[in-house]
Amino acid sequence: MSIWEYANPKKFITSTERVLPALWAASAVCIGVGLIWGFFFTGDEARQGSTVKIIYLHVPAAMLAINAWVMMLATSLVWLVRRHHVSALAARAAAPVGMVMTLIALVTGAIWGQPMWGTWWVWDPRLTSFLILFLFYLGYIALWEAIEDPDTAADLTSFLCLVGSVFALLSRYAVNFWNQGLHQGASIFRAEAVIGTDTEEKVSNIFFYPLLLCIVGFVLLFVALVFYRTGTEIRARRIKALIARERVEA
Amino acid sequence: MIALLSRDLRLALRAGGGFGLGLAFFLILTVMVPLSVGPQPALLSSIAPGVLWLGALLACLLSLDRLLALDWEDGSLDLLATAPLPLESVVSIKALAHWITTGLPLVLAAPVLGVLLNLPVPGFKWVVISLLLGTPALSVIGTFGAALTVGLKRGGLLMSLLVMPLYLPTLIFGAEVARRGAIGMDIQTPLLMLAGISAASIALLPFASAAVLRINLR
Repeated sequence: MSIWEYANPKKFITSTERVLPALWAASAVCIGVGLIWGFFFTGDEARQGSTVKIIYLHVPAAMLAINAWVMMLATSLVWLVRRHHVSALAARAAAPVGMVMTLIALVTGAIWGQPMWGTWWVWDPRLTSFLILFLFYLGYIALWEAIEDPDTAADLTSFLCLVGSVFALLSRYAVNFWNQGLHQGASIFRAEAVIGTDTEEKVSNIFFYPLLLCIVGFVLLFVALVFYRTGTEIRARRIKALIARERVEA
Repeated sequence: MIALLSRDLRLALRAGGGFGLGLAFFLILTVMVPLSVGPQPALLSSIAPGVLWLGALLACLLSLDRLLALDWEDGSLDLLATAPLPLESVVSIKALAHWITTGLPLVLAAPVLGVLLNLPVPGFKWVVISLLLGTPALSVIGTFGAALTVGLKRGGLLMSLLVMPLYLPTLIFGAEVARRGAIGMDIQTPLLMLAGISAASIALLPFASAAVLRINLR
C-alpha cells in the first residue's frame, strides 16, 4: 500500500469519487458555519468596525492562492520524475482554482482596503506580488491551452512551473525591496502569536476560531475541486483516446 | 561554437534586417513617451530611467520570436540538436547572438535617447551600467520563453505572456539602479541584486531552455 497506487487513473477516480461527497459536505459545513459564526456572532473590531469581517474570505483565499501554486510545483516535479499522468493532470486542474483564489484575494482586499486605507489599490509589496502571481497563473494556463499534444504540454508546463516558481519568489523579494507597504505582516500563524507571547499584533481569538474554520473549509473545498477536476481531465483524455481509436478502426 | 555564433550573427545582420528593428522600436517608443505624457522637462527626467528600461525590455521581447522560430522552420534546429555540440551550448550561443544583435545596441543607444528624455546627468552612467548588466539576463530568459513556444504556430503573443512575468525581477532591480543613480542615491544593493540575477540566469537557465527544446524537438 503506497501513495503511488493512486497514480493509476482508474484507481484514482474510483477512490476519489468515494470520498468526494464527504469532502463537499465537510467543506460546505465548515465554510457555512465559519461564515455565519464570523458574520453574525462575533463583535465588530474596535477600529475597523464591521469591515473586519471580510477577513473570513480574504485570508483563506490568499493562503490557498499561494499553496495551490506550491501544489502545482510538487505535482509537476512528480510528473517530471515519475511520469504519472494523474500528477500532471492534477497540476492542470489546480491552476484555474488557484487563479480564482488569487482573484478573490485581490478583490476582497480591494473592498477591504477602500474603507480602511482610503484606496482600492496601492503598489504595496504584498498586493503587487499577488498581481504578479496572477500573471504567472495566466501564463501557465495559456500554455496548457496552446499545446495540442498532451505529453508535450505536460512537460513544458512543468518546466514553466519550476522556472516560474524561482522567478515568482524572486519577484516577491524584489517588490519587497522596491516599495514599502501598507499591508500588515503575517499575523495569524506566526510562532509568537500561536504560543501567545505576542499579544500586540495577534488576531484576537474571537476572530481566530471562525477564521480557522473558514480556512479548513477552503482547504477542503480546494481538495474537492482538484479531485473533481482531475477526474474530469482524466475522463476527457479517455474520450479523446476512444475517439482516436474509433477513427483508426473506421 | 564560434562557427555557430558567426552564423547567427551573419543571419541577423543580412537576412531580413532583424538587426535594426529592435533599435528602431526602442527609438519610436522613446519618442512616443513625451508625445503621450507631455513635454514637461521635470516630469520627463523623473520617468526617463524607467522608460528607457521598459523600452529596452520591450525591444528585447519583440525580437525573441525570430530567435529560434526560423531555425525551427527550416529544420536547422534538428541538425543542431543532433550535432556533437551539447544543446545547452547551442542555446547559450543563441542567447549570446541575440544579446549582441539586440541587447548591446540598445545599451549603446540608451544614452542618446536619454538626451531626448531629459535624463539627469549622473543618470547616464547608471542607465548604461544597469542595462549592460541586465540585458544579458533578458536575452537568456527570453531564450527560455522562445524555446517553450517554438513549436507553436502563432506563439508570439503567448510568448510575451510567458516571458513578461519572468522579466519582472530584472526590470525591478534594473530600473531601480537607473532611477537611484539618476537622483544620486546609493545604488549598491539593487546593483548587486541585478548582477546576481544576471549571473544566475546565464549560468542556470540554458539547462532549462535546452531541456524544453528537447521536449519540443521530440
